[in-house]
Amino acid sequence: MMKTTNIMIVGVGGQGSLLASKLLGKLLCGEGYDVKVSEVHGMSQRGGSVVTYVRFGEKVYSPIIDKGEADYIISFEKLEGARYVSCLKEGGTLVVNTQQIDPMPVIIGAAEYPAEILSELEAKAVNVDKIDALALANVAGSSKAVNIVLLGRLAKHMNISTEKWIAAIESSVKPAFVELNKKAFELGYNS
Amino acid sequence: MSKELMIGNAAVARGLWEAGCSVVSSYPGTPSTEITEFAALYDEIYAEWAPNEKVAMEVAFGACLGGKRSACAMKHVGLNVAADPLFTMSYTGVNAGLIICVADDPGMHSSQNEQDSRHYAIGAKVPMIEACDSAETIEFIKKAYEISEKFDTPVIFRTVTRIAHSQSIVELGERNMPEDKKYEKNGAKYIMMPGNAIKRHPVVEQRTLDLTEFAETDSINRVDEGKDNSIGIITSGSGYQYVKEVVGDKYPVLKLGMLNPMPVRKIKEFAASVKRVIVVEELDPIIENHCKTNGIDVEGKELFGYLGEFTQSTVAKALELAENVYVTLDAAIPVRPPMMCAGCPHRGMYYTLAKNKCNVMGDIGCYTLGAMPPLNAMDSTLCMGGSITAAHGFNKAQGADAEKKTVAVIGDSTFMHSGMTGLVNVSYNASNTTTIILDNSITGMTGHQQNPTTGYNLKGDVAAKVDLEALCYALGIKRVTVVDPYDLKECDRVLKEELAAEEPSVIISRRPCVLLKYVKAQKPLVVNKDKCRSCKACMKFGCPAISMHDGKAEIDATLCVGCGVCEQLCHFDAFERQGE
Repeated sequence: MMKTTNIMIVGVGGQGSLLASKLLGKLLCGEGYDVKVSEVHGMSQRGGSVVTYVRFGEKVYSPIIDKGEADYIISFEKLEGARYVSCLKEGGTLVVNTQQIDPMPVIIGAAEYPAEILSELEAKAVNVDKIDALALANVAGSSKAVNIVLLGRLAKHMNISTEKWIAAIESSVKPAFVELNKKAFELGYNS
Repeated sequence: MSKELMIGNAAVARGLWEAGCSVVSSYPGTPSTEITEFAALYDEIYAEWAPNEKVAMEVAFGACLGGKRSACAMKHVGLNVAADPLFTMSYTGVNAGLIICVADDPGMHSSQNEQDSRHYAIGAKVPMIEACDSAETIEFIKKAYEISEKFDTPVIFRTVTRIAHSQSIVELGERNMPEDKKYEKNGAKYIMMPGNAIKRHPVVEQRTLDLTEFAETDSINRVDEGKDNSIGIITSGSGYQYVKEVVGDKYPVLKLGMLNPMPVRKIKEFAASVKRVIVVEELDPIIENHCKTNGIDVEGKELFGYLGEFTQSTVAKALELAENVYVTLDAAIPVRPPMMCAGCPHRGMYYTLAKNKCNVMGDIGCYTLGAMPPLNAMDSTLCMGGSITAAHGFNKAQGADAEKKTVAVIGDSTFMHSGMTGLVNVSYNASNTTTIILDNSITGMTGHQQNPTTGYNLKGDVAAKVDLEALCYALGIKRVTVVDPYDLKECDRVLKEELAAEEPSVIISRRPCVLLKYVKAQKPLVVNKDKCRSCKACMKFGCPAISMHDGKAEIDATLCVGCGVCEQLCHFDAFERQGE
């Protein structure tokens, strides 16, 4: 049986990771895979740490991705990438937006933001694919397109044609934002 | 037939629609909320937000008497609120089918406890069904209606966060509308006074026997064959997914779709076919105890414990399989807890409460986050409506001094849910309790649902709007004041005045949630670094848009909505409006 591929999308509540997982789910479903997408609503939407699991393959059972299982982690923020890196499997790739968003304990001075966290990850032989997705999103025309920039970067690592990704974008975002998001995707893919 | 990815809660709604359900009444609660939101998208279903779960369940009861298939949905703690009608509906049975959808939250992603709803099915003696993914959810909802009507009973459809909020592939079917059941007056069945109820109890007991026989033979409880019979696993719902993820088709698995009543012969046969039986179930040992009561030797909680949500590793560990290799970091990773949004109207009131060192009896909603640092402005949070009542009790115990510094804090939706009765108690039993209703004109935490104070119904149509001030007066409160929580001085003045008052009072802290579409954000403020003296007065406020960098306050323009409360906090006028 074909192995299940595991993708985690992590970030800060409000960054648009839900749309990213929805788009990814739709794309993979269209490719004929069995797919599970799992997310947690509620408390986590209020600026908290959010995590979504996307799994696909011939037959997917658990909706959860556990320690050492993720083929890819797409992190919308540095610290969140570090928080969930234990879920990455050996040889897996962490695609990380280099944006820093201070959590409340850092804001109020109760904790330090580990500034060199990505270097530590690289030192531990984690495949870290860094990308300034916020800057690229702004180039595309909106800071809200961070999610699509990151999907563009993920697409580079996966075996699905860009045409199909673009089609998934066209069917997932409002018509007025299609061009902006296509640009965001390309910037993420090519940067 | 078309295939699509569907979240568990949408699948519940789809199942209801396909099974011909016509009436749905619910109170929102994570992770159950979307069931009713999706149901409302089907024109053929009348769907509503009720003020609480008890109301919702009774509406569903009335609708089923009226001859239509009905349903209600709630989170696990909502079932506590609706337990009263549940236990007696078991006696009355139904006319058309009735399903009670209940979502448990193992791991407490968004809940105040980790209770296991299966106890209710056993206690109320009603059947409970649980599916393991969205496709099975649609199938089992239809089955639940068949069971409900065949056995004349409400049926509880249980789900958990990981099923409710996971998308999996479903095939869409058509709506199959059963004929309406004729309503015939039948006091002996529907009027539960002692003389009638006493005759209904044996009917309930016989029904359980009949349902047990159904559970023995129906395909809802099924065995997945395995190659190796050294171990057999009994599980259900989410547990099934974690088990299959780990063991595939190695060991046989008995998957229970019906959690109450459970079969006995079927489990005995399964147990006899394997050398060792392991029960995999989150939360309480319901299946395990059922097995043990019936003399079936199983292992369960000694391997898994009672706490939290399982994953595939939980199962792998219990089966003593090798752990995955993974990276650990040396750096400390600060937690990122949820918090009140930038511009949240609740924050101004909490700041005022913290400043006045109040005892704050809190309630359930976004505003529970007032308990988090740096505001730390909460003493207790128990349950929906538990604020006003706890404050009253606290004041009765501690007397006049406590009354001068104790408040209850409750949201608009929660006040409608079960706060009103507490307020009646305050006025009727005369404590000088100060109640603060945080009226943000929406049910916030569950993701913006309308409620009786918002003026709109579930479908978004204009609805009667409860007048909170008039309601408080009607409940016997003579002092009712409305404040704008963005106005810190006014909040402080009113709070001090009402705490000092020698009678019960209500402060309505009113401003709509900043995330509401009609609330227009103002231009973000900027910090004039020359004026900032690094005193950190603004940091006591806990606004996520403000942070200190290089000793000076800084505003994140992407988060700031220009509420301007920080301007009031700063002694040096360092916060400035752009363009000034």
